Amino acid sequence: MSSDPLYGLIAEFGDEKALVHAAKRARADGYRRIDAYAPFSVDGLSDALGFRHDRIALTTLIGGIAGGAGGYFLQWYTAVIDYPINSGGRPLHSWPAFIPATFEMIVLGAALAAFLGMLILNGLPQLHHPIFNAPEFDLASRNRFFLCIECADPKFERHTTGEFLTNLQPLKVAEVRR
Amino acid sequence: MPPAISSTVDPLDESRLKVLKGAYSYGSISDKISDIVLTRPTHWGWIAGFAFCSALTVLFVAAIAYLFYKGVGIWGVDIPVAWAFAITNFVWWVGIGHAGTFISAFLLLLRQKWRTSINRFAEAMTIFAVAMAGLMPILHLGRPWFFYWLTPYPDIMNLWPQWRSPLVWDIFAIGTYIIVSILFWYMGLIPDLATLRDRAAGRASQIMYGLAALGWRGEARQWHRFDTAYLLMAGLATPLVISVHSVVSLDFAIGNTPGWHSTIFPPYFVAGALFSGFAMALTISIPLRAIFGLKDFITARHLDNIAKIMLVCGLLVAYSYGVEIFMAFYSADQFEEYMIMNRMIGPYAPIYWIVILFNVIIPQCLWFKRVRLSVPTLFALSIIVNVGMWLERFMIIVTSLHRDFLPSSWGMFYPTFWDWAILLGSVGAFGWLFLMFVRFLPAISISEMRKLAHDKKGGDL
Repeated sequence: MSSDPLYGLIAEFGDEKALVHAAKRARADGYRRIDAYAPFSVDGLSDALGFRHDRIALTTLIGGIAGGAGGYFLQWYTAVIDYPINSGGRPLHSWPAFIPATFEMIVLGAALAAFLGMLILNGLPQLHHPIFNAPEFDLASRNRFFLCIECADPKFERHTTGEFLTNLQPLKVAEVRR
Repeated sequence: MPPAISSTVDPLDESRLKVLKGAYSYGSISDKISDIVLTRPTHWGWIAGFAFCSALTVLFVAAIAYLFYKGVGIWGVDIPVAWAFAITNFVWWVGIGHAGTFISAFLLLLRQKWRTSINRFAEAMTIFAVAMAGLMPILHLGRPWFFYWLTPYPDIMNLWPQWRSPLVWDIFAIGTYIIVSILFWYMGLIPDLATLRDRAAGRASQIMYGLAALGWRGEARQWHRFDTAYLLMAGLATPLVISVHSVVSLDFAIGNTPGWHSTIFPPYFVAGALFSGFAMALTISIPLRAIFGLKDFITARHLDNIAKIMLVCGLLVAYSYGVEIFMAFYSADQFEEYMIMNRMIGPYAPIYWIVILFNVIIPQCLWFKRVRLSVPTLFALSIIVNVGMWLERFMIIVTSLHRDFLPSSWGMFYPTFWDWAILLGSVGAFGWLFLMFVRFLPAISISEMRKLAHDKKGGDL
């Protein structure tokens, strides 16, 4: 597959409604390796591609639990086991005083997990991607909307897929080379 | 391959879009905001402000260098007033930062669409304000090169931080706050950096913005994960911002000094933080919209809303002042009673009455719509509240310390030139960072403005 110089076929649309419609049509037609590009978060677009569970919430939860548990353990271990010091007669394990730093560590762990989870699951950072070879793709971050059907799709066939995209009445259909 | 076909629909016919003031399409919004960074010639107002802030930044650096050379003795601090300007600056700057998080996170959770055009620079305000705040306790340390001793790490002295101390909670709170603020801000910037990458003409800026955009493509799944993560970060930042200023207030409330040892401190400090923070948001947004021609995006409605929040926070602060006075007398504790009387008629009485005038009495004119819609009046008010809130923190810190339990150890604090140099220098350095930010990064979120244009088209704005 990597020897194939073609990455896929791309159709360019003028507004978000046309893109959502096209994505739904492509999925209904049996295509599975479809990517939709938009300059802002379009409601219902990822749904139209059949993408629902992004796993970010779970990642964030795990990060928060790890941060909180780690933060509390650090305080307990250092104050009770490794460096027990009598501070005004308070118990060594004076848990109410450990809450503020534990809370901050929960937030820090969860925020780091949300941020890094978003990047890693999105495959970022990435120095290059074939989609950037598509003509006019620089407008994907301005005001144009793109739908790409990848060659890797089992149903992909250059001629019929091209006709399918043309029938969606895009502004333009083009090849994306690797 | 199939031939390129042209559509009969003109994609640039987006005249039906209307965003806030004026008619903007996805394209014209993107161009207007990104051109500030990419193509528009530098405005004389920016150059003048930059020159002024650079001069103050030089003063700041010089004051810090001299401080490191001589020690904290160059300031007016001594026993009994060992905390003064640096700690006042610290609390003031952290408080200013809080409004930025409040705008970007809390208003997002409440689905307040007017936050869209102000959240980016409000977050930048947060980061730079917290950076200034973070410097202050370090400068005050006496041996600032050992500041990292506050962090837990396995060292050869076999020492660990004292977890029961609010000063250790502080480094966790401020450290978390600055990291989360930067992550939240940078994450929101990624799609806009991609826009700058795609629109930049020069090779150097293409590479710079391209690397910073991390390869963002705007694919639907990327947007989905981005939205979820952004919303979760907002949900995390909201309690964080409350916790940070609560912990800052515990630096005082845990001590048994009269005027500090009070349970009202956490909410009192949080309200004061938002009060001064929203004032700073006005101080910044009014020149910003004038200099960069952003009056269509940052409209009278934004200023009006900020002014209303300021009024509410100001009333909460006024209530806290009232409760402080009431509790002092209700406690029947002679030191608490004396602390309040000393504030009102003691040697620092003028500061107390200026605080009341600036933070309680003058902000009441925000009840009037005519005041909220007058831009010069709002600007003047925002400066007054900023000054008033700085003086409030000075009052809390210094009046409690200078006359505590033992009259034989009473004393006075007088600021030196170097105290003022650090305060004014930090204001200059904050302004310098902010001006650099508006020159190199989009001061308004482009992708969120496109979404706003979309929502406007749907008719729900």
